[in-house]
Amino acid sequence: MQQQFDWKRYVIVFFITLGLFLTAVYVSNYFSDKKLNQLKSIQDNISIDVLSSETQFSLLSELSCKNVSDSVLSSELNDLGNKLEWSQQNLGATDEVNYLKKYYSLLEIKDYLLAKKISSTCGVKSAFILYFYTTAQNCSECEKQGIVLSTLREKYPELKVYSFDFSTDLSAVKAMLDIYKIQDTKLPAVVINDELLTSFQSVDALESRIKESFKLQELKPVKTTKTAK
Amino acid sequence: MNVLSGIVYVFTFLSVYVQVFFLITFLERKKNILIRTGSIELNEYPGVTVIVPCYNESKTIESTVDSLINLDYPKDKLHLFIVDDGSKDNTWQIIQEITKREGYENIKIFHKENGGKYTALNLGLEKVETPFVGCLDADSFVDSQALKRIMTYFSDKHTMAVAPSIVVDNPKNILQGAQKAEYHMGVYNKKMLAFLGGIHVTPGPFSIFRKKVFDDLGPYRHAHNTEDQEIALRMQENHYKIEHCPDAYVYTVAPNTVKKLYRQRLRWIYGFIRNAIDYRRLIFKKEFGTLAFFTLPSGLISVLSAVFLFIMLAYNLINFILHKIVQINAVGIHNTFSGSGFDFFFFDTKTIVFVSIILYTSVMIALLVGKSMVEGKPRISFDMFYFMIIYSVIAPFWILKALFNAIRSRESSWTLERDVKMAK
Repeated sequence: MQQQFDWKRYVIVFFITLGLFLTAVYVSNYFSDKKLNQLKSIQDNISIDVLSSETQFSLLSELSCKNVSDSVLSSELNDLGNKLEWSQQNLGATDEVNYLKKYYSLLEIKDYLLAKKISSTCGVKSAFILYFYTTAQNCSECEKQGIVLSTLREKYPELKVYSFDFSTDLSAVKAMLDIYKIQDTKLPAVVINDELLTSFQSVDALESRIKESFKLQELKPVKTTKTAK
Repeated sequence: MNVLSGIVYVFTFLSVYVQVFFLITFLERKKNILIRTGSIELNEYPGVTVIVPCYNESKTIESTVDSLINLDYPKDKLHLFIVDDGSKDNTWQIIQEITKREGYENIKIFHKENGGKYTALNLGLEKVETPFVGCLDADSFVDSQALKRIMTYFSDKHTMAVAPSIVVDNPKNILQGAQKAEYHMGVYNKKMLAFLGGIHVTPGPFSIFRKKVFDDLGPYRHAHNTEDQEIALRMQENHYKIEHCPDAYVYTVAPNTVKKLYRQRLRWIYGFIRNAIDYRRLIFKKEFGTLAFFTLPSGLISVLSAVFLFIMLAYNLINFILHKIVQINAVGIHNTFSGSGFDFFFFDTKTIVFVSIILYTSVMIALLVGKSMVEGKPRISFDMFYFMIIYSVIAPFWILKALFNAIRSRESSWTLERDVKMAK
């Protein structure tokens, strides 16, 4: 009773299994594409928001602060940041993700400049943190700092955190690095009230500075009586 | 990390391959699966001897023997040999009482010094005078129709041994429930292997052989305490056909604690690895067909993939815990677990996720086909989920240990399962 070797069965099963695997790859790619598209559309929205606010602000010639502060300071920016960070970790640092990240940095800078302007002009209660980290090398302190900032952002809705990857290849980001004299050996770095703090900052340390920032604003004279809040 | 995930894909691919292999065979041959209900009559009833080796089985031996006596088979053709392998409890007294009580003439009892299960079986084999011989572990019970149904397969003169369908007797806890689902799947897998001539184990509970097998190939061997695997491999090497009778039910008492299950599986897997190594000359030899190209390689692959996937799981778990620790360090425990709202965006859609879904689905299908073969209907039960969850967590431990022992060639003892040290 010698057995026949039924090689056809093995080949057929191989191709069926391969088919199943390719389907898995296809489905996975489909969802990745969908996510990238979602990121793109969020960015487009933010871009329109920022541009619209800028235009509105110019139109009103800084006379009225009404309507301005609600539409600007797109809360979607944080959401986008989280999603981009997740994508970089899970979809890999593809060209597309890197491109989106550059675009995001640019939007952040624009949002920062505008928000700062509105805050000083209209006296909107707010605090700004610029956060510089790196993904090019292993930075465990950066991970911790990121968590601290997320926690603070949840606690203080008026706090705006703009995070920048040191390795982003974009002239606008490079300009920021120059202005604040950020060095890649001293990361994470946090800029609050135009003051540069290097190495890890605890929740308490940052919290006191945020409150300080809120206080400073209250002391500032406001140009118009109409404020958004 | 990329090399690691590459290996994960290879192992997952092979695991899915195994399931597809079984499923294709099932779809192709399902009309040939014979499931009978009720009693059948045979043209002739050849003599059969059933050997029951026992070691400290005082709790179950009586029901085991009763189930044999109640077999629907002519009494004068059925011989029972009960071999006490030097039990330290009162098994021997119970056996003696059984012979007195039943008035069943064809029971012979033997008492010997402890020497391991295979020595007890061989003692019985020496005395066998019938053309067919089987054995029944003393923790199992046979269905009254099992023997008749098995004997129908011997109408093919090439069939040299027939394995039954082993099912879990009356599961009482989640662990036994999980094993119930597993044994159902085992029935399905075994039948498919039988179709392709690739069976690698004739289980201790109620496999029936032509006596010629032992006359030609010699008695049982120690075989790393898995003599039922070794005899099957020896038969395969000599091109002796092994069949499987899916409707011959044997009920076995499944281990009811993790510790007992661990010991049983350690012995099985260790025995499998060692026997596969002993018979490695068969692997990938064309003349040994399915056993050479599928059964043995897939068994070894499953050992390796379980080890590897477990390491990956542990690696991910440790990473997750480290991340949580960093988080707690950074912002304190009260801020750590305040989860934000669910967003589909953060749902992991990496290829490995879908590949895992395919793998788990294929295992689910196997569980369902197995259940439908035993119980008639492919109904989803909790047991199946218990099986998938419990086995993914604990199976890697006995596999790792078995592999470790196999590398160090340390024996895992059959009798150790009864928590008794074997007296050599």
